[in-house]
Amino acid sequence: MATPLVVSEVFKSFTMHLRDGLKLAVVNDVSFSVGSGECVVLGGPSGIGKSSILKMLYGNYAVDAGQILVDHRGKVIDIASADPRTVLDVRRHTMGYVSQFLRTVPRVAAIDVVAEPLVARGVDAVEARDKAATLLAGLNLPRDLWNLPPATFSGGEQQRVNIARGFITDHRILLLDEPTASLDAANRKVVVSMIAAKKAEGVAMLGIFHDEEVREAVSGRILDVSAFSPRKAVAA
Amino acid sequence: MSDIPLLKVSGVSKFYGSRIGCRDVSFDLWPGEVLAIVGESGSGKTTLLNCLSTRLMPTAGSVEYRMRDGQFRDLYHMSEAERRFLMRTDWGFVHQNPADGLRMTVSAGANVGERLMAVGDRHYGKIRETASDWLTRVEISTDRIDDQPRAFSGGMRQRLQIARNLVTGPRLVFMDEPTGGLDVSVQARLLDLVRGLVNDLGLSAIVVTHDLAVARLLSHRMMVMKDGYVIEQGLTDRVLDDPREPYTQLLVSSILQV
Repeated sequence: MATPLVVSEVFKSFTMHLRDGLKLAVVNDVSFSVGSGECVVLGGPSGIGKSSILKMLYGNYAVDAGQILVDHRGKVIDIASADPRTVLDVRRHTMGYVSQFLRTVPRVAAIDVVAEPLVARGVDAVEARDKAATLLAGLNLPRDLWNLPPATFSGGEQQRVNIARGFITDHRILLLDEPTASLDAANRKVVVSMIAAKKAEGVAMLGIFHDEEVREAVSGRILDVSAFSPRKAVAA
Repeated sequence: MSDIPLLKVSGVSKFYGSRIGCRDVSFDLWPGEVLAIVGESGSGKTTLLNCLSTRLMPTAGSVEYRMRDGQFRDLYHMSEAERRFLMRTDWGFVHQNPADGLRMTVSAGANVGERLMAVGDRHYGKIRETASDWLTRVEISTDRIDDQPRAFSGGMRQRLQIARNLVTGPRLVFMDEPTGGLDVSVQARLLDLVRGLVNDLGLSAIVVTHDLAVARLLSHRMMVMKDGYVIEQGLTDRVLDDPREPYTQLLVSSILQV
């Protein structure tokens, strides 16, 4: 089986046209890969480009140069150059993403927010809801919240909805952007065990974890993003 | 993932005399895909929508549509009768102002039923049953079925217009500022409804809007227009979160944060 995720010589900058074309280099020459059953942690101080890397891999940010190769249904897809519907197909079937914040849709109940990625893949709605319920229960989200839209939930509650949504599918690649940032110790432990289960299933994971305890518990390898930062020369 | 597009647009331009309406627009639309066309007033987005939906003859270019029999037909080489039939059956067009898409002086039920009769349905009881089912789907109480849309609120009229368009099971729906004149709470409800229907029915849609929040919620892909040209296009969240062109950056940075 091919390596699920290979990043090769990726460059990213932002050109701020409203600030007289000011160019901000974010990362230079990023190259790494994530194997099956591996959880790689992106390390380095705030603002060094960790989230930007995740967003590029997910197709949410464009890249200036380089390749992001994903093994998608037996074919290698370059996210950096793929057309929108291919990127969406990769997101539907191969690459999941747990963001820091939940982007809520008005009027959709928490349980349906969680079930949606399965429904989008054609899984029966009842079966998808059952699986969503199992995940929400595991993450200790109070049952009387399940049928409410998450817009009014607390930060920790929203984050658990977000995690359940990200973990419900059997995507072979998972990107995790501080999934435990607003969770208490008990729920952090639940997430750590969920990550361990995904590793055992052979999922390739790439994450940002500021919590040291979590980082130690999940990670096999830390990738220091400062090495890709154009600002490293200044910092040194 | 289907490998054949539903609509193939190439080199569509429209001039009003020497003034540019839209210029050299090309793209493919795929089954189940929702495309948002955004830009400020006068950027050419409605002109483009009208050219694509044959409501306006482009000056140059071609628009090919894959018919239900799998054959591509050039919309501008069809007879007027064929185009009308397409508009009434396989396509929907949701106007910004519901009064433009509804018949205001016949009942809500008849507004929905009329499209069914256009495709050959003749059984009154069945038509009424389908109409009533669609009113429920767009969250209009069935005891309003005999009321005329002029007695409806703006939000209800817009939902009725959507029911009228979707009842024939179209494969492609054009929407021109579908939430335009509605207040925000009504907008959210309508957007959520449209989003659900589009997902459930696997529709393709082309939505013109100046509201980036509408584009984010409804569309997979978006095109940004300025002065008649498509200046940037791509995955909706990519264009909104990492806009590349100066004008797109201006649009995105002008959104008011709530």
